[in-house]
Amino acid sequence: MALPEQAPAAARPAPLALRRATLADREGALGRLLMAPAFLYVILLVGIPFVLAILLSFSGARSGSLAFSWVGLYHFATIIRDDQFQRTLVNTLIFTVVSQILVMILATTAANVLEAAFVGKRAVRMVLLLPWAVPVSLATMAWAWIFDSTFSVINWTLRAGGLMKGWIYWLGDTELAMAAIIIIHVWRMFPFATVVLLAGLTAIPTEIREAAVIDGASFWRRLFQVNLPLLLPVVAVAVLFGVVFTSTDLSVVYLLTRGGPYNSTHVLSSLAFQRGILGGDLGQGAAIALFLLPALVLVAIGLLRLARRSEVGG
Amino acid sequence: MAYVETKDLRKAFGDVVAVDGVSLSVGEGELLVLLGPSGCGKTTLMRMIAGLETPTSGEIWIAGERVDVDVPPRARGIAMVFQSYALYPHKTAYKNIAFPLEAMATPPAQVRERVAIGARRFGIERLLSRFPRQLSGGERQRVALARAVVRDPKVFLFDEPLSNLDAQLRALARYELREFQRQIGTTTIYVTHDQVEAMGLGDRIAVMDKGKVRQVGTPQDVYDYPTDTFVATFLGSPPMNLVEHDEQTLYGFRPEHLLPRAAFAQEEDVVIYHLRVRQVEHLGADRLIYGHLKEETRADQPVIAALPVTIPTPVAEDQVYEFAVPARAMRYFDRTTGLRRLDGAA
Amino acid sequence: MRPRRVVVILKRIALYATAGFFTLLSIFPFYWMLVTAFKEDNDLYVAGTVRDHIPWIFNEPPTLEHYQYLLGDTAYLVWVRNTLLVGAAVVVITLLLAVPAGYALARLTGRIPPTLLFIPFSRVVSVLGLQNSLWALVLVYPTFTIPFCTWLLMGFFRSIPRDIEEQAMIDGYSRLAAIRIVVLPLAMSGVLTAAFFSFALVMQDFVYALTFISSVGKMTVSLGIPVALFRDVFNWGAMMAAALITSVPIAIVYNLFIDRFIAGLTTGAVKG
Repeated sequence: MALPEQAPAAARPAPLALRRATLADREGALGRLLMAPAFLYVILLVGIPFVLAILLSFSGARSGSLAFSWVGLYHFATIIRDDQFQRTLVNTLIFTVVSQILVMILATTAANVLEAAFVGKRAVRMVLLLPWAVPVSLATMAWAWIFDSTFSVINWTLRAGGLMKGWIYWLGDTELAMAAIIIIHVWRMFPFATVVLLAGLTAIPTEIREAAVIDGASFWRRLFQVNLPLLLPVVAVAVLFGVVFTSTDLSVVYLLTRGGPYNSTHVLSSLAFQRGILGGDLGQGAAIALFLLPALVLVAIGLLRLARRSEVGG
Repeated sequence: MAYVETKDLRKAFGDVVAVDGVSLSVGEGELLVLLGPSGCGKTTLMRMIAGLETPTSGEIWIAGERVDVDVPPRARGIAMVFQSYALYPHKTAYKNIAFPLEAMATPPAQVRERVAIGARRFGIERLLSRFPRQLSGGERQRVALARAVVRDPKVFLFDEPLSNLDAQLRALARYELREFQRQIGTTTIYVTHDQVEAMGLGDRIAVMDKGKVRQVGTPQDVYDYPTDTFVATFLGSPPMNLVEHDEQTLYGFRPEHLLPRAAFAQEEDVVIYHLRVRQVEHLGADRLIYGHLKEETRADQPVIAALPVTIPTPVAEDQVYEFAVPARAMRYFDRTTGLRRLDGAA
Repeated sequence: MRPRRVVVILKRIALYATAGFFTLLSIFPFYWMLVTAFKEDNDLYVAGTVRDHIPWIFNEPPTLEHYQYLLGDTAYLVWVRNTLLVGAAVVVITLLLAVPAGYALARLTGRIPPTLLFIPFSRVVSVLGLQNSLWALVLVYPTFTIPFCTWLLMGFFRSIPRDIEEQAMIDGYSRLAAIRIVVLPLAMSGVLTAAFFSFALVMQDFVYALTFISSVGKMTVSLGIPVALFRDVFNWGAMMAAALITSVPIAIVYNLFIDRFIAGLTTGAVKG
């Protein structure tokens, strides 16, 4: 597709070979061609496993054997009745919703604070990014150490501050373990949400905010009636990001508790991993994993619609 | 002989028709201005001639060769100057000007020579090593012009190149542009929405509205003898006064022709109007009188009169004066179609 | 009515206090990592019930023994090498595919809602064990780096004015050549950002590595450190040492690129 390199004597009309339009000129075809490799790669490498997963969920396949026996809806029926699975479903929901709420509260506060200029602002922003920048597995291990049953530094600090008398076994008690998982999620995600909201805030044209000030609106009124509505598309995106990453997370749960104590802190992806890959029941694992997808798609569509509809000026 | 020609050119974007059957011819060496309000299709028309848009139907001919099918922009022998000048920000002025030459694999010695000639023509030799961000608006424009000129194109296309300049600079820039085009003699098509610019620059003006060409003619033609009410009111600032006289006719007269009766000789053939003055604007060289006509055909039609400083007749607000329009300056338009009647009032 | 001056000062104090709070919140686990990595074992393993031993400070002088252990007696360096190899390969694949796709979406078509691109749908699907191979990772990682980087690059390409490309086409190039000669140089910072984020996303992954890799010699840092650092005795000091020296470089480089990323994100979200 390179242009034939012919040098005309004078800088006059190009020689005949250059004059015909080539593929490199046809915009419609060029566009499709440029997009094709990326599109195909992702569709194939996500699509095929996806289809395979669906097929597996209807099969009695086990890892190590190549047999593919059709079992219909057996797995789905089984897991729905399974107490542990129901618990897992609830956990996934709780972790996602609670952490997102906390993240949004923290991030909104932080974004509004950081908007003002002050000494050390750049440093603060840099520090704020650390929890998100660090690989999730490493961060989880650090927190595992922080929550350690003998040496927990949080416990020591709480006792030193007089806020705690006895001793908490964070990872040995179901409720506490759930709290610990939520704490880690919130700690990881709120900085990212803050930076996004901050950027969204600065994207609101200054004239609009100045108009609100001149119109005499108080801080709270301005926050709820001007800033937040205009921030809605950005908030929707940040929430979507957070929901996807928290609900599909396996790392934090697996590394912190392995789903314990007694399988009470599992989420869908960690349970799928435990039963499907560790336990060898590929069919059941696939069925569990697929459970998440419809909900995720619905949430994604909902939030994207929200982001589109509330966009100012299209 | 037509150097650039379009034959019934049409461009539709889905349901929207941007250019609706335009047939134009531009003579060799001529400077034709495409004038019209935004959205009239002038830019789309130019982009089709350039090859940046494909026509939905119709033909485009440049220098006797049909180009709308399969001849890409680079092969049409055109040079274009965009409103933003489209200078390559990561290249020096020299490299910008040399760019089209290098695209054609011109030998380096020739490139240097031609860039030097182009730079000298526009007086920018000392700016050649600078980057666009280090240049002022006027300097960038010159670099863009030098780049356009350097490969001897058949046709120049200008897309509102003066609108980014300060108002004060524009008149001077216009003059220089005209001089340059006269010297170099290349056929030029120039797009603008500014009718003062169009009148000042063009050999001929094509006035466009809603995708169609309303009138093509010399500046004087389109100004003095507009084919319809659109052209009549688009050209001239303030626009031509249009007054209803009866069910079928609009009388049109330009503000500079609406003067106190006393400014005309007694025996001159004039149409009398009685003007109640609302506001007077003192603009230095002119006075603009805003008022209403008290005539019997339809009450209270607003008109504007432009009195040059050479007519010092005192005019006060809320007074009624006897004004007149010479018959030779009066134009008649059909009320329904807006077209000018060539035979006078019905 | 309090004088304005006092109100302003109070607001300032509240501002700094809140900023301080958030800073502390984000950073204390890293501080803890730092301290653990350099503490003597007997300074480290003191039960939290012991009152007068303050865990937050160095009660004994700091030591390098954990780092020595890490670099000498574990497979850490092997994992670093693996991670760099996989990362580099993924960056190359991603850029090759995402740059043209990003351009196409920015200029030539426009029907995909851009935010859709960075949702990692591939995470939802349980992967099906191609056994123990780094190449499996190289193959799979682009499924989320490509959409993400395409979206990122789309924003960068959009910010380059169309005029310049069209001028290049008039000046003598086909559209493809115009992209190569004029657009790409201007989009370089975008390409670099995409490269960095591809690598960062690869470093983050734990799940795929856990599923695909079982032998210690083939692990990446994100997998190896939590799962295979020790054979017998658990060594928090060494683990935190590993976590620290792996995290810090990434965090530093993140800061260099975060502005561009956020710019792309908000243009995409706020203006669609």
